[in-house]
Amino acid sequence: MDFREMIARRAALELKDGEVVNLGFGMPMAVANFIPEDIEVILQSENGCLVFGPTPKLGEQDADTANSGSMPITLKQGASLFDIFTSFGIIRGGHVDTAILGALEVDQNGSIANWSMPGRSPGMGGAMDLVAGARKIVAILQHNDKQGESKILKECTLPLTGKAAVDVIITDKAVFHVTSGGLVLKEIISGLTADDIRAITKADFTVASDLCEYQG
Amino acid sequence: MNKVVELDQAIEKVHDGMTIMIGGFLGVGAPLKCIEKIVEKGVKNLTLISVVNAHPFAKGKFDLAPLFVNGQVKKFITSHNGTCPEAVELARRGEVEIEFFPMGTWIEKVRAGGAGLGGILTPTGIDTMVEEGKQKLHINGRDYLLELPLRAEIAFIKGYRADRMGNVEYRRVAMNSNTTVATAADYVVAEVNEIVAVGEIEPERVGTPSVFVKAVVQGYSFPEHQEKFKELWISGGILKA
Repeated sequence: MDFREMIARRAALELKDGEVVNLGFGMPMAVANFIPEDIEVILQSENGCLVFGPTPKLGEQDADTANSGSMPITLKQGASLFDIFTSFGIIRGGHVDTAILGALEVDQNGSIANWSMPGRSPGMGGAMDLVAGARKIVAILQHNDKQGESKILKECTLPLTGKAAVDVIITDKAVFHVTSGGLVLKEIISGLTADDIRAITKADFTVASDLCEYQG
Repeated sequence: MNKVVELDQAIEKVHDGMTIMIGGFLGVGAPLKCIEKIVEKGVKNLTLISVVNAHPFAKGKFDLAPLFVNGQVKKFITSHNGTCPEAVELARRGEVEIEFFPMGTWIEKVRAGGAGLGGILTPTGIDTMVEEGKQKLHINGRDYLLELPLRAEIAFIKGYRADRMGNVEYRRVAMNSNTTVATAADYVVAEVNEIVAVGEIEPERVGTPSVFVKAVVQGYSFPEHQEKFKELWISGGILKA
């Protein structure tokens, strides 16, 4: 299982039955494939639909039915369609329960950066509105970059998408909760200890008394 | 009243240095034929306003990508540029100016531009670079940024069907930014898959009322439109042939 699937599977466990959920551009979109069978969530796509399903097979696709990455999707029964203006009313107006966002960096205050790098700015898209409006923000990212450097920092170095906005951080190695007292390590993948995580994480954190193995 | 024109007639209105708004979201709901004609005409120094850039599978050839590949855009006002590597590279070299707004802010600025509003207040972007140069107001315990209206000289939108009065019907998620963009330009061209008789579109199904549209043009036929996206998605490997 590659790290993307691992993180997506774990992120899907953050979703509760009946929630309205927005999956951000990039890695979070895979979460749609791993939603537990015993819960029902309302998936919102920022380009204008609610209640969508998996990728269609060739022959079942439709040129006008796509997700926020403009990849083909299917619509489930009970789906609704609307324009971007309405979509961002849903997002900014507090109607989304959980948003799962990819991140370049997160820090120990729960700040998140995911839209701009030196010399190369993809742009923020809907991420800042999700930060402003969604009730719970789950940030997903690899724990370390290609050089092995921690992406979980004391303070974000890149332009922020949101300050002190994140509630849960999920990496390929650990799960943290962001609290008023700072980051709390809640889960670690099997084979690693809290000290191993400290060695690869720049941010300060405390260890939960109920620390357990990475679920999923 | 007959707003139906030939594609070339609509494109006659596009000149160097113009501010152009284009509907669509990563190619879905984009007025593909109009864009191809703008590329073909070779107009330069454009200020292009679109909610996001081209489809990730465009390979420089589809949707908005050729406008960047050909160096026709001077400034791009958008919420996201990263799906078009050519545009990202031009931005890195300082050859295109990108002005970013959060997507929810972009759509509200365009709405304000079309709806006669002086501006909008949004909490999005507080405590980020988006704040820079903008007025911040504190209202009822929360900070808001004042964002100003956005308009264009000419806009190109894409619908499913339209009639000669200019009523536009949309299909599925191809609506996206088109309904808002249709309100915010001095001259709005609607490209559709099918031009139908007046009365064919049910009044409840009209997504853009006729008053907003100045010209209607025939785009790709519906079967051609379906085929384009099927090929696009196969080319990127998301649909397996």
